[in-house]
Amino acid sequence: MIRRVAITPTPPPDAALVQALKGRLDTAAQARLGRSLALRHVDAGSCGGCELELRAAAGAVHDLARLGLRFVASPRHADVLLLTGPLTGAMREAVERTWDAMSDPKWVVAVGDCAVDGGAFRGSYAVLGGVDTLLPVDLAIRGCPPSPLQILAALAALVEANA
Amino acid sequence: MAAALGVGPEPALLGLWADAAQVHALLLDRATGTPHLASVPVEGGAFPALSPARPAAAWFERMIHDLWGHHATGGTDARPWLDHGHWPATPPMAARPAPREGAPPHAVFLPATAPGLHILPLGPVRGGITAAAHLRLSCAGGRIVRAEARLGYTHRGIPLLMRGKSPRAAARFVARLAGEATVAHATAFARAAEAALDTEAPPRAAALRDAMLLMERTANHLGTLAAIAAAAGAASAAAECERAREMLARAAEAAFGHRMMMDAVVPGGLVADIAPDGVPAVRAAATAVLDALQAIGRRFAATDLAGIGCVEAGTAADFGAPDALAGDVAARAAARLRSAGEAAAALVPALADVPDGPLSVALPVGSGEGLAAAGSDPVWHWLRLDGGLIAACFPLDPGWLTWPVLEAALAGAAAEDASPIAASIGASVAGVDL
Repeated sequence: MIRRVAITPTPPPDAALVQALKGRLDTAAQARLGRSLALRHVDAGSCGGCELELRAAAGAVHDLARLGLRFVASPRHADVLLLTGPLTGAMREAVERTWDAMSDPKWVVAVGDCAVDGGAFRGSYAVLGGVDTLLPVDLAIRGCPPSPLQILAALAALVEANA
Repeated sequence: MAAALGVGPEPALLGLWADAAQVHALLLDRATGTPHLASVPVEGGAFPALSPARPAAAWFERMIHDLWGHHATGGTDARPWLDHGHWPATPPMAARPAPREGAPPHAVFLPATAPGLHILPLGPVRGGITAAAHLRLSCAGGRIVRAEARLGYTHRGIPLLMRGKSPRAAARFVARLAGEATVAHATAFARAAEAALDTEAPPRAAALRDAMLLMERTANHLGTLAAIAAAAGAASAAAECERAREMLARAAEAAFGHRMMMDAVVPGGLVADIAPDGVPAVRAAATAVLDALQAIGRRFAATDLAGIGCVEAGTAADFGAPDALAGDVAARAAARLRSAGEAAAALVPALADVPDGPLSVALPVGSGEGLAAAGSDPVWHWLRLDGGLIAACFPLDPGWLTWPVLEAALAGAAAEDASPIAASIGASVAGVDL
């Protein structure tokens, strides 16, 4: 027998955040993206904690596909670049090339404290800092790691801003 | 040292690392389960290589050269490992690192020859939600002739961040070395620091650490099983594993305030006690996971994972890797199912026996050397304290021994089976990248 796990309702997106995100998006992009966003995740130097919670957000219990969000393999198909981890020197080129491969309109989402500002690893010789040292960040999801519900709520705001 | 070890898998090499003046090898006598720490001095910037006798030593020797600059005389592989040429000064752990000049060098891979050879370079940006690592598959037809991993993309410089800090301050980095093993690393590190100062965590903290280790191990096995099932196209088995894993994460949050129990274990004990409703929450999750494992086992029995990604028992032993990695993907999945069941079953009695008492002791300010593992998990930490601060340390993740096994498992396999094979080995990236 399959034991049921209670599905936690997704918190409603924060109205102020939706407005702020809408401000970053021009009308042409809105017409093109609608209520569906394709996500491409890149590990920019993470410990793997944010990946665990991203997998949980995408998985059977939280199922972010129900919000119109899906992970895609190719950056060519992606609207959103989800970055985890502090940006290491060794990942700089890979992140840059992934971003360049994505077509406009496109977004950058920093997932977790490390991606937001380097987190615990700020100042290390191997780390450049948050991902905003390389790319313009549209949405920062704080937490170490952020929970699947926090990730869902923030991404729901992104969908709402596009709708 | 290499000659003294001789050829053959005993004693097993678990790890090799360095400090400014010495190189340390952690050896395990598998018959008795006794670990030995053997140290050799670095003379003229070099030390005798272990890789001719223990193939897994090659990865460690490359790391030692990248971080400390010590050269392994007679080593089998002198290519860089963690250092991709982006650090401003090298070697970073040396007393006086020299500024780096010039562009980062191109990676050099081992040659493969076969008629009609082609290369499948995977990563560091791969499909799905994956860690940054490069896997280079040299294929002929649909068959992998040679598989080689290149890591170091997520190197954050953790050994240097820890040096000069108090054990309590360094625990923050240890907890973020490898997210999926945060409790195991924090516990091994805390025990090593306590051993160095001749103290012990109070019995209540020790018992709760054991319960947390069991929760983390169960959750990790479920995560790996979900990845194997997803890679093999068994969506219902994957979903069942994800549900069970989520129950554990929620119980961890109810009991310890964090879904992964990050920063809960510190040198000296625990940061906070288990929440009053944490014990029933974890007990309920353990019971639910045991139920779910029955269903997961049935779903796995219906998948066709036999005969792919075979690793000879001798190969795993040669690399010092756990025996559970031997066999094919089906055997490794079965071993994970068994181990997850054992860990979940042990959780209920572990929580029943938690003694009352204090949660932590203040660590004295002192000097000493400590080496410790996290329970039965092959996670080790070594450190040397000088006046209460870390003078040298090394976090030893089991991934060091599993990546070589992955390369061996992929050689000869069909290229399309690479995903389930890699998932079944479940080698940690961040733990090795440091």
